[in-house]
Amino acid sequence: MTHPAMNDPVDPVFGPPPEQTPDPELVQLLTPEGERLHHPGFDADFSPEQLRGFYRDMTLVRRLDVEATALQRHGELGLWAQLLGQEAAQIGAGRALAPQDYVFPTYREHGVAWCRGVDPVRLLALFRGVDQGSWDPAEHNFGLYTIVIGAQTLHATGYAMGVQRDGLVGTGDPDRDTAVVAHFGDGASSQGDVNEAFVFAASYNAPVVFFCQNNQWAISEPFERQSRIPLYRRAHGFGFPGIRVDGNDVLATYAVTKAALQRAREGQGPILIEAYTYRMGAHTTTDDPTRYRLSEDVEHWKLKDPIARLEVYLRRNGLADDAFWAEVAAEADALGERMRRECHALPDPSPHDLWDLVHAEKTPELAAQQAAYDAHVASFEEVH
Amino acid sequence: MVTMTLAKALNAGLRKVMEDDDKVVVMGEDVGALGGVFRITDGLQKDFGDDRVIDTPLAESGIVGTAVGLAMRGYRPVVEIQFDGFVYPAYDQIVCQVAKLHFRSQGRVRIPMVIRIPFGGGIGAVEHHSESPEAQFVHTPGLKVVACSNPADAYAMIQQAIHADDPVVFLEPKRLYHSAKADVDESAPPAPLWQSRVVRPGSDVTLVGYGPTVSTCLDAATVAAEEGRSLEVIDLRTLSPLDLLPVHESVRRTGRLVVVHEAHVTLGLGAEIAARVTEECFHSLEAPVLRVGGFDTPYPPARIEDAFLPDLDRVLDAVDRTFEF
Repeated sequence: MTHPAMNDPVDPVFGPPPEQTPDPELVQLLTPEGERLHHPGFDADFSPEQLRGFYRDMTLVRRLDVEATALQRHGELGLWAQLLGQEAAQIGAGRALAPQDYVFPTYREHGVAWCRGVDPVRLLALFRGVDQGSWDPAEHNFGLYTIVIGAQTLHATGYAMGVQRDGLVGTGDPDRDTAVVAHFGDGASSQGDVNEAFVFAASYNAPVVFFCQNNQWAISEPFERQSRIPLYRRAHGFGFPGIRVDGNDVLATYAVTKAALQRAREGQGPILIEAYTYRMGAHTTTDDPTRYRLSEDVEHWKLKDPIARLEVYLRRNGLADDAFWAEVAAEADALGERMRRECHALPDPSPHDLWDLVHAEKTPELAAQQAAYDAHVASFEEVH
Repeated sequence: MVTMTLAKALNAGLRKVMEDDDKVVVMGEDVGALGGVFRITDGLQKDFGDDRVIDTPLAESGIVGTAVGLAMRGYRPVVEIQFDGFVYPAYDQIVCQVAKLHFRSQGRVRIPMVIRIPFGGGIGAVEHHSESPEAQFVHTPGLKVVACSNPADAYAMIQQAIHADDPVVFLEPKRLYHSAKADVDESAPPAPLWQSRVVRPGSDVTLVGYGPTVSTCLDAATVAAEEGRSLEVIDLRTLSPLDLLPVHESVRRTGRLVVVHEAHVTLGLGAEIAARVTEECFHSLEAPVLRVGGFDTPYPPARIEDAFLPDLDRVLDAVDRTFEF
């Protein structure tokens, strides 16, 4: 789709329109064909063990996603937001974290949740309607899923301001210096909260890495509807660096995120990473992407699959043996089986508890409402 | 005992909490060197530094949203919204995040945040500077809402609100900031925050107000007394949770109730109080519960705001009408 203004001539007073093409340079360390590239800014050595770890992570979170999608189709989940195609962006970003770093996710960061040690069954519980997030954010340094688009970017910025006040930026101690990651998507980039987060983070030089997975689609709205310039360039207008990385390349995503986190921990302030990827599945299980996008586009992106390219690289270079492939496949099967079993076993919460969760200090009003509800329920028990 | 304006009492209360707890941070537009447009934070940045008294970019959602993050990191942010009518850009963060995080996280995440909002009219201001949005926050589960009406309460209540582990919307009657002066005993043990209070006993009609309308109710009671009518005045102080026990007790004696607030009458606090009092005191009521409040129009231009705001005559008229049933 061509934006009408793209053909505008250069304005004699205001100059040229914002640059639309060509595609900006993409940081890439592993091509879709599985060839290893080198990049002057982000060259990194990866051990065979690390590479196999990335493969394992991505394969398992893809299985997690497939399994959850199937559970939704079977009526066990009310909804599922698929990550298919975004495994590299999420595993790269997740594995680049130091233990003390803190992550604020959207509702699709199942891969990052995996890296932070959140049990996949906890994600199922949320989408099953059992709860609204049952992991302890402080235990995993991983916030709760946030459904209001972009709201969490401000929380991340404020949290980073807290880290600054705790004196945990630029101490030089790698075990203490702390950075914060704000996840969001291309659709969220249009939200006021995201833009305000950019302003606050820049103003206070907060140690926050804005990690945007540009998966090209905000439900049915294409990226062109959100921005007339590549997203990473938005950062420049706010006064901090932005960079576009191949979001289907786990090595590049890892290297760029790691460098950005380090930069933030040292006190050099915020940065925007645009992980350029593609949402291979639907927005959620309620969505039907065949109504608004071409299957050729999806086919095109299939060729850029994040897992396939790493598998090619590992096989071609003899970095994994048959036992490894079999082990990961078995692990994925076991994960799927456990997710099905434990999902079915999730108990419904008790309505009685609702009133206990509203405040830290329950009010007499809520206690009275709770007592009235309990009496109402009890009245049926007496009848029977 | 020190004589203070309401503004000075808030300032002293903030100062006291900041001295006692270094996790308390104040943030908002112009709260630093300027001391806030109403000077409530006067001198705090000079004494506590700009890490604890944070001048923010001009973006209300950003202020409240970053305060959520600070709270999650263990701080106790006290956010200043410059004027009532400017709270709406932050409404999403307040309603969807601040109010719900404790519930969503099953109690794992606490947001001990205070959102200070100067509210109400009567200062001759331009549009958006005179509103009373309290019902919108009272209607939001997860928030607590209080309103102070005098310097002694302001001094104690701001400290109690900051000590609370739940988010509190703290409403300050802006037209009383510099006019209400009273003795404040800084060493006196404060009354519980979540309780309303009888501020003038009476026997014929119960008047309920909060924030700026408490003084209107007290004036009405003084005038009515000259006419031989005894009005009991109750300062609600806490709007969510509502503490209506003193109101019920009072109405059981008087049989008549008038609720006074500057907010629009329809679905205002008065409507909720009328419903609850009807439920609790049905057989004691001699008249329907009457409401005196702002009209169901947008807040008017300042030259005619006196017609919009509940005044002595409208309150006394409502008192008279409770005897017509």
